[in-house]
Amino acid sequence: MLDCGLDMTSTLNFLPLPLVQSPRLSNLPGWALKDGNTFLDKELKECSGHVFVDSVPEFCLPETELIDLSTVDVILISNYHCMMALPYITEHTGFTGTVYATEPTVQIGRLLMEELVNFIERVPKAQSASLWKNKEVQRLLPAPLKDAVEVSTWRRCYTMQEVNSALSKIQLVGYSQKIELFGAVQVTPLSSGYALGSSNWIIQSHYEKVSYVSGSSLLTTHPQPMDQTSLKNSDVLILTGLTQIPTANPDGMVGEFCSNLALTVRNGGNVLIPCYPSGVIYDLLECLYQYIDSAGLSNVPFYFISPVANSSLEFAQIFAEWLCHNKQTKVYLPEPPFPHAELIQTNKLKHYPSIHGDFSNEFKQPCVVFTGHPSLRFGDVVHFMELWGKSSLNTVIFTEPDFSYLDALAPYQPLAMKCIYCPIDTRLNFIQVSKLLKEVQPLHVVCPEQYTQPPPAQAHRMDLVIDCQPPAMSYRRAEVLALPFKRRYEKIEIMPELADSLVPLEIKPGISLATVSAVLHTKDNKHVLQSPPRPIQPPASKKRKRVSDDIPDCKLLKPLLSGSIPVDQFVQTLEKHGFSDVKVEDTAKGHIVLLQEAETLIQIEEDSTHIICDNDEMLRVRLRDLVLKFLQKF
Amino acid sequence: MDIECSRLLPSVCAVLVDPKQFVADDTCLEKLLDWFKTVTEAESSLLVLQENPCLTELLFHVVKLQDVNSNILSFTLRLAGIFAAHENSFQYLQQGEVLLSLFSEAGPLSRPAWEDPSVRSGWIQGVGSMVQHERAVQFLCDCGAIDVIFSLQGDPSLFVASTASQLLVHILGFTMHSRRAVPLTTQDCDWPVCARMIVGHIEESLRSGTVPQITQALNVLTTLFGRCHESWTEVLWMRMNPFVGSLLEKEPLLAAHSLVDLFLSMARPQTLRTKAFNILLQPLACVLQAASQPTGSPGLLDESLNDSVITDILLSSKSSCAGLLCQTLAHLEELQPMSHLLIDWPHVPLLSAVMTILRFCSGLATPASSVGDRLCGILIGCFRVQRSALDFLGTLSQGPSPSELIRGVVEILLVYLKSPDSSPTVLKKAFQATLKWLLSLSKTSTSSDLCPQTQHFLRDLFPILQKRLCSPCWEVRDSALEFLTQLTKHWGGRAGFRQALLSSEVPELAEDLLRDPESYVRASAVTAMGQLSSRGLCSNPIGTGSKNDEKKSLFLELLEILSTDSEGFPRRAVIQVFTEWLREGHTDVSKDKEQFVTKVLQVVSCDLDWEVRVQGLELALVFLVQTLGQHETECPYAVEMSSVTQSTQLTESLQMLCHMKLFDFIFSALCDCDRPVARKSCDILLYLKAKLAHHGSLQGSGEACTESLGTQNTAWLETTLRKWKARDQGQPSEVADRGDCQEPDDVLEVLRSVDLEGLRGTLAKSSDHIEKSPQSLLQDMLATVGILEENEADCY
Repeated sequence: MLDCGLDMTSTLNFLPLPLVQSPRLSNLPGWALKDGNTFLDKELKECSGHVFVDSVPEFCLPETELIDLSTVDVILISNYHCMMALPYITEHTGFTGTVYATEPTVQIGRLLMEELVNFIERVPKAQSASLWKNKEVQRLLPAPLKDAVEVSTWRRCYTMQEVNSALSKIQLVGYSQKIELFGAVQVTPLSSGYALGSSNWIIQSHYEKVSYVSGSSLLTTHPQPMDQTSLKNSDVLILTGLTQIPTANPDGMVGEFCSNLALTVRNGGNVLIPCYPSGVIYDLLECLYQYIDSAGLSNVPFYFISPVANSSLEFAQIFAEWLCHNKQTKVYLPEPPFPHAELIQTNKLKHYPSIHGDFSNEFKQPCVVFTGHPSLRFGDVVHFMELWGKSSLNTVIFTEPDFSYLDALAPYQPLAMKCIYCPIDTRLNFIQVSKLLKEVQPLHVVCPEQYTQPPPAQAHRMDLVIDCQPPAMSYRRAEVLALPFKRRYEKIEIMPELADSLVPLEIKPGISLATVSAVLHTKDNKHVLQSPPRPIQPPASKKRKRVSDDIPDCKLLKPLLSGSIPVDQFVQTLEKHGFSDVKVEDTAKGHIVLLQEAETLIQIEEDSTHIICDNDEMLRVRLRDLVLKFLQKF
Repeated sequence: MDIECSRLLPSVCAVLVDPKQFVADDTCLEKLLDWFKTVTEAESSLLVLQENPCLTELLFHVVKLQDVNSNILSFTLRLAGIFAAHENSFQYLQQGEVLLSLFSEAGPLSRPAWEDPSVRSGWIQGVGSMVQHERAVQFLCDCGAIDVIFSLQGDPSLFVASTASQLLVHILGFTMHSRRAVPLTTQDCDWPVCARMIVGHIEESLRSGTVPQITQALNVLTTLFGRCHESWTEVLWMRMNPFVGSLLEKEPLLAAHSLVDLFLSMARPQTLRTKAFNILLQPLACVLQAASQPTGSPGLLDESLNDSVITDILLSSKSSCAGLLCQTLAHLEELQPMSHLLIDWPHVPLLSAVMTILRFCSGLATPASSVGDRLCGILIGCFRVQRSALDFLGTLSQGPSPSELIRGVVEILLVYLKSPDSSPTVLKKAFQATLKWLLSLSKTSTSSDLCPQTQHFLRDLFPILQKRLCSPCWEVRDSALEFLTQLTKHWGGRAGFRQALLSSEVPELAEDLLRDPESYVRASAVTAMGQLSSRGLCSNPIGTGSKNDEKKSLFLELLEILSTDSEGFPRRAVIQVFTEWLREGHTDVSKDKEQFVTKVLQVVSCDLDWEVRVQGLELALVFLVQTLGQHETECPYAVEMSSVTQSTQLTESLQMLCHMKLFDFIFSALCDCDRPVARKSCDILLYLKAKLAHHGSLQGSGEACTESLGTQNTAWLETTLRKWKARDQGQPSEVADRGDCQEPDDVLEVLRSVDLEGLRGTLAKSSDHIEKSPQSLLQDMLATVGILEENEADCY
């Protein structure tokens, strides 16, 4: 199984979970059907013209119907965003396999899961809505609830216990490490340049190579650069995890982010940045580190609020070997690779586990707050949206590309605060993909259908599709695709003593053949040729009757023949041996030598020779021996 | 030629022809030729030849030498050409048949040295120099040189081949120019012999069917039509037309690139101009079609003229598409200022086309065909094309545009100014184009204030400008400030602009950028703030006083930059702003000019950057002129006051200037080791001297003065300045504190004593003027081969 991501956009259908009692959210009117039926008014609330489920938010799990997940042997994880569904798979499906991921992926993935669990568990909600999921009922609901897919499979968030259990099934791997999977294939993670520890995977046998490229970046940010070279010579390259916002250039977005931030703070407003606790936030902090002096923001406090804020900021500094070269060299100076260490030291950046406690004492405005969750449905961000939403001086800047910012904002409308959308997605865009594919030249590219046609809203943007030759094979949800290659060869090892016993015969210059008699031993998809056991001489004792039962049936082997029979010489030889009336006829496949007197036929073809004579075994053997004289035996 | 050079010349000529002496540095020969060129232009070349027989001997000697160094032979050919350019020298040299031996078919062609391209190049250059009179042309025709030039067109050395083509153009042009009085027809008999030979050769080459020859002929025509616009070239074209026409009909097209070049160079005769112009319009017409825009009426191009070749180039690859469009746009931009000469300059369709390109580049255009789809894919985010298109869009602001198109221009400019994807260079171009359009809009507006359309534009513009001033990219902040400066300069007085500006945060943001970490940005912010302050658009008054206000005054802030900024650019910008403020009589400066100037010069005098010091002197000069009045000669009709009044005023002014320590600064500058500073100071003192002389203030009072009148140099001045300093230090402290380190008499003494005119002459010369003299060149040449006597002694 390649990756194990969690679709969190389902949470956008739910009401936000406020940290502090919100009169606005708790007094929303219940939703009634057109005919006035109010049986759903406990579950669904109306807010600013939208209908939301008033319940603990639920997540959309990976497809479980198509295959029995208990039969999955291995899950390969590309990056920490692509493992958020792991507890659902490892804990509830009978999965007994192994998960492979790099160390930063696991550590930061754990932080993301921990944050998610914390956000949801600290605001316990008694109510769990299920009526609306009934297919008949769902049909009657307004969009987008009406169009939500597979709602019956949506699940509440996992617990920390499940997270720990899931993570214990992960085996850590390092870049370029070769991992044997049951002898059948070898898998290798390669740096994908997108996030700390993010990987692409090579899955190869001796004769076939499949690359799985997911969430890669060619931009120079904090992680180790993408390893492109190792992707060369792939039979198939499975491509996914391209940028979600191909029209937004990350550099330009960072510029927008900084300018809007500065303008807001200058005017005495606060800036809210809903974000994940790891990833782009490191780059943003680095960018702000360089920017705040030029923009006169040195005295503005930056707050990072997350239950895992401290761990995230510290983890980033210790994964030196997973960082880009510049940052790695800093470690040897020794300096912290990320400048956020200095921001913390100089008190410009302060981090807190939550808005409760120390934060409320030290909080000064105007300020800049980084906090989760980017969906605006849970986490401390809900509090800030409620707090700052009413003033037009404040700004919320969306940098995470995973959620539609308009949908995220829907339950907070009407909103006076300014909203800026600066999605920063450093993953490959279509131009970079084209360059990458030209560079690594896979025989076939397999990708989601969405990458092969321009986005529906920009149908003329033919530049927003994958451009490669031959055209990429695309797949859609729940489609079964046969990869365009066949396994034609297997590698078989030959034991040294057996190899020693072979007598190769050169049949053509440079090509030698030898017959091998051996036992083929197959275990864990490894094939080994071993010497056949020697026939055990029956012991002298006559007591044993069924000796032959213990010995494998090793018949004396007939020699293999090779070579061709020169017809003229063969005829001469026949004549020399007393056959006088020899006639030769040419056929489509070879020749027929007729011995009229003996009423015998010798059919000589490229790959067979037949001697046809009537019940004259003596004659046949004679003729056979004459034929064999012309052939090589081994 | 000066005597010393004449004395050295024979030895140099001897060195040149001596096979044992090798002039290793061939730049000497180049310099020598440059010098001879100057000499022959300045005085009679014949006289030079006659007075320096060594020169003619040199020519003869080289002609005779069998095994001559190719550098020397090339040099000789060029030297002969330089002299032969003058008719009388030509005749003089002809007498000895030296020219024949050098330039005829029988000349150096048969020598082994001819294999060296430098010799062939020298030969061509010699001939080229010579063609300045009829006799030379006649000579070339008679001696077979023209045929040699024909053959050199195909020379393996590209440099030689191209010079040969240019030479043919030069000869043809000269021949025809000198016959311009005679009306010309296409008939051969009308043409001068030499022209007939060349034209015949071109025709033959065009007919030849071989690519190299056709290319050579086309190259000659391209250069000719590009350079020469006389009426005979039209007749020539009529002769060439059938030949070129038949080339166009051939399949496959031979020498296609040269043909295109030819057409492009012929934007002159009307028919050709149209053809050439159409070629330029093709790519844009193709773009318009791809976006299904009507090509406009009367039309960018007739549909039938559409060329699939152009479309193919456009679509073949990103680089060729971008290359072609950039080239086209650049050519059109060059042509725009001449658009009034082009009857059919399609202003409106061009504007639509360039806007379409910009829309394609930003992903806004909707393609109407497969060509459009491809173009869309190629052009999106293509910075090169964006830059060229914005440049051209700016140029198109000069021209009558219908209002609906102007709306489109405003829209597209706002898209580029707003887009986070605009690269810093694209943004700079967008700002430049915006400025041009804004200014052209205000020109068309009849009222004194801005038209509603412009007001609307400004309302959209200022929020963008605000954001750009906060950009993390310093280039963006810099271009935004430059734009602000320019806009304020032009519109600072217009109410609509003032209102829009003051209701935005732009002035405060610009002020904050005075403390930007990037020096270029600080410099631009200084200029912008200077401009805003001049127009009264600055939030805080510049107040020269050092009051402990809550907010530092702009003057003090700029003065601090001037005294403490580690980079030169912001300091230069500050002193320029100060000079401008003083010059235009900024109200806050005018309140206490003396204090302003004193404070500024006090800081400038310690600056390590000479440009800052020069600008400081400029500020001093502005102040002096404002105090003492213009140069007398500059204002001949000015009403003069009585001389007694003037003299009293002058004395008072001098007193004040001394008190301000202005002369301290100017005199020290005269001794400055940076020449431009000393020069500027010298100019100021000469102005002052003239001013004072006019009023008789410079007449000395003692014998000592008369003795040293105008004879002293800067060393004397330095000693004098030191003496004054010592004297001042010896004075009671209260006098020294007063700062009167000089009395007007001291100043007058300096002005009388120092040889300012002489100093100006010396300072005007570049520091290497001695090394550059011909005499030095000749000496160097002799020195390198050890001829100079002193060197011989040294060798021992």
